[in-house]
Amino acid sequence: MEKEQPSLTGTQKLRTLFFATLYISAFTFGGGYVIVTFMKRKFVDELHWLEEKEMLDMTALAQSTPGAIAVNAAILVGWRVAGFPGMVVAVLGSILPPMVILTLISFIYQAFAANPYVALVLKGMQAGVAAVILDVVCDLGGDVLKTRSPLFIGLMVAAFLASFAFNVNVILIILAATAFGVVRAAWQHRKAARS
Amino acid sequence: MIYAELFFSFLKVGLFSVGGGYAAMPLIQSQVVEQHPWLTLQEFTDLITIAQMTPGPIAINSATFVGVRIAGIPGAIVATLGCIAPALILVSLLAYIYNKYQNLSILQNVLACLRPVVVALILGAGLSILAMVLFNGSAPGLETLSWIDTALFAAAFVILRRFKWDPILTMCLCGALGLAAHTLL
Repeated sequence: MEKEQPSLTGTQKLRTLFFATLYISAFTFGGGYVIVTFMKRKFVDELHWLEEKEMLDMTALAQSTPGAIAVNAAILVGWRVAGFPGMVVAVLGSILPPMVILTLISFIYQAFAANPYVALVLKGMQAGVAAVILDVVCDLGGDVLKTRSPLFIGLMVAAFLASFAFNVNVILIILAATAFGVVRAAWQHRKAARS
Repeated sequence: MIYAELFFSFLKVGLFSVGGGYAAMPLIQSQVVEQHPWLTLQEFTDLITIAQMTPGPIAINSATFVGVRIAGIPGAIVATLGCIAPALILVSLLAYIYNKYQNLSILQNVLACLRPVVVALILGAGLSILAMVLFNGSAPGLETLSWIDTALFAAAFVILRRFKWDPILTMCLCGALGLAAHTLL
């Protein structure tokens, strides 16, 4: 799809992808899910490069493969948006900010960790992070409710209870949902074969 | 050779940490504190504090931090490459399968069932962060509730939801307001 466009557009697209992942990575505190919600705002809502369901698929894939969720998500988005070069620039964009910041901090780390003002700024930013995540969850959860499918709503509630109330390992929850999907596919296949 | 040791140590971290973030922590500790004399336990604890306070995945932050301290900037690059190498191969393979077989009935069913689950997991992560912010990490209750952070959260949520502000701008504003409020009040 992208290959047919002139090369300048391709370069511009790569540049946009690089700076988008760089910007998201440089300002995203608090782990993989946070970065995925920022990616959704940027790539789905703003740039319209991905559909919402693709972003959720990629989150599930990024979560269930080895490595950092943010890097895995960048690999998936990069391939999807602009093939191999896209993957390379997306990964570079997402690992450069932590590399540069940690290199600087490793020289002054005791002073940084003990500074009370730094801690207060970061505390305030965490309140903002919580708001960003819950804002995105309102959109995503609303879409699941709109399907009016008892199966999908039930899965969402069950997964929430399992992870949040009962501390079930996230990998187990993902594996269980995967098995559920395989059984459902087999069941639909049998039903289609019978009729 | 120190570069090869750094590379393979963080390759193991990258390969065996599924689920990101805190899942990687014990693996990193085993590699850099126990199996190699790279950090003391105190330095490792400091590293985790810093990793929580700065952007980026804990594994990448650790690879850079340990790499710089052991072998300078080339060390940081080698350790980070080791850390992302397994993902580059495995996730790229998965991306290929996903982009090619997205329309397969079995993959569609699996993904349809995974989507609501992912929404639930994101909600859980958001609520954990919210609880930590509102109650300063102590048991939830009226005495431990931080009013400043509650107000910050509520204000941020409203401007995001109602006025569709840029999330990163909102976060930075929260940081500035948090510093001002905690210092002045």
